[in-house]
Amino acid sequence: MSGYSADPRIRWTEWLPWVAAGAFFFLLPEYLSLGARILIFILFALSLDLILGYAGIITLGHSAFFGLGAYTAGALGAHTAITDPLAQLAAAAALSALLGLATGAVILRTRALTLLMLTLAITAILLEIANKWTGMTGGADGLAGVKVGAILGWFRFDLYGRTAFLYCLLTLFIGWWVVRRIIYSPYGAMLTGIRENTTRMHAVGAPVYWRLVLIYTISATMAGIAGALLTQVNQFVGLNVLGLEPSGDVLVMLILGGVGRLYGAFIGPVVYLIAQDYLAKQYPEYWYFGIGALLIVVVLFARGGILGLTDRMISLLRKR
Amino acid sequence: MSSVLETRKLCKSFGALVVAQNIDFRLEPGARHALIGPNGAGKTTFVNMLMGALAPTSGNIFLNNEDVTRTPQAARVRRGLGRTFQVTSLFRSLPLLDNVALGIAERERTATRMWKPASRHQEIKDEAMHHLAALGLADDAAMRVTDLPYGKQRLVEIAIALGLRPKVLLLDEPAAGVPSAESERILQNLEKLPSEIAILIIEHDMDLVFRFARRITVLVQGVVLVEGTPDEIARDKRVHDVYLGEAHA
Repeated sequence: MSGYSADPRIRWTEWLPWVAAGAFFFLLPEYLSLGARILIFILFALSLDLILGYAGIITLGHSAFFGLGAYTAGALGAHTAITDPLAQLAAAAALSALLGLATGAVILRTRALTLLMLTLAITAILLEIANKWTGMTGGADGLAGVKVGAILGWFRFDLYGRTAFLYCLLTLFIGWWVVRRIIYSPYGAMLTGIRENTTRMHAVGAPVYWRLVLIYTISATMAGIAGALLTQVNQFVGLNVLGLEPSGDVLVMLILGGVGRLYGAFIGPVVYLIAQDYLAKQYPEYWYFGIGALLIVVVLFARGGILGLTDRMISLLRKR
Repeated sequence: MSSVLETRKLCKSFGALVVAQNIDFRLEPGARHALIGPNGAGKTTFVNMLMGALAPTSGNIFLNNEDVTRTPQAARVRRGLGRTFQVTSLFRSLPLLDNVALGIAERERTATRMWKPASRHQEIKDEAMHHLAALGLADDAAMRVTDLPYGKQRLVEIAIALGLRPKVLLLDEPAAGVPSAESERILQNLEKLPSEIAILIIEHDMDLVFRFARRITVLVQGVVLVEGTPDEIARDKRVHDVYLGEAHA
């Protein structure tokens, strides 16, 4: 719950993800690369939640920004002398913001299925460009040898992924802080208004289209940063960051966790990526089957995702 | 003589269907004007064109003597045009306070602030409470719209419109769908509205129309049939034939 009637103070439960991440760092050092991947996808899912969960913009093309960010960091690290990770992040953020602004300004005049198809088309076009422009992107082989310097010239990326994990965690923390401020702000309340009743928002004098373009651009920026993190952590970027598949993956993660509730974007990627990691080891050929089954169960029996289910269980317990 | 809202030769057709034909209409400052007509006369279409939700096929619309025919809805609202909807159109899962506050924030140009929490914008909340209280909804401010009876939801429509501090208010059937006991309460609230607001009301409840309005325009199949005081309209033979006659038959 956000808006004019909400209490904006941080509740103690909101610190749990950060405590869990800290515990993860110390207790499971051999899984830090999986951990960093989870943190990156949380940031990606969080950016999607801003537009889908709060503003109600339906999209299958969010990977366009994730992928552009990933390739921006990759191209800088592989082809230029710009190896400073923060400079790469800034460049990825800027380009993703530009793409978000340019495409958002065109496609946000449409709605529903048209909008869905246009978002998908944009990421498909980028995928094809990345596929064909081999000199820049490495094409289907991917772009290896991405050089990433030390953070602030001081913290080198180590072999165990400790720096990478903390770097992602800190970036995610900043992203979460910004998103939370936006959600509880008048702008966030206004976005909820657009999602709830666009006609009414027009009638109270809101220039709805520009408001949507703005949040779309902010979300694109965050997705671009998440993509750049992925490249930096792996020191590699491949075609799998673009197109329908990563868009679908992040959407499934968000639905699993719960759409429009901020922490759904935290729970979803944790469950999805751990299940993927486990299933891929046990059943290398059939792991998508397990993800599919999980999604069906959640959509059929736990509307509002895992967080929605938790809410209902808590309210049941309280009634007793 | 000045008008706050005026149309000249306003026309609208959907393909072969003509829903507005050369409508010349004037709303005086502080007016209490009713627009009546049988179903399908084009009343809501007319309101939608006035608001800018629908573009006219031809003709012009003037708000405070400025041509706003091509002005988008949001800009018209900022110049003092407010409306309520025939079928309740609210933020259903939000508390009443938020329903009103969202509109006030637009008027105050604070709706794009991204940092300070909405709930710490005390002046916006205070004003929202003020409008809710004026309509007897102060005790329900924390309730969600869905948890309210329909009669009260109709009042929230008016509260949102008041939050825009409109100079001109278009009320599209404010008492539609409520039991007659509740419609009395809605009328009482309408009579309390500030006299400087020019009001155009569309309504099927003739009792309400004749008690509230000081001028009445009758619209039939997109054409203005007659305009006059309630007495003149009540005595008009043509009005009885096409509208009242049918209603009381």
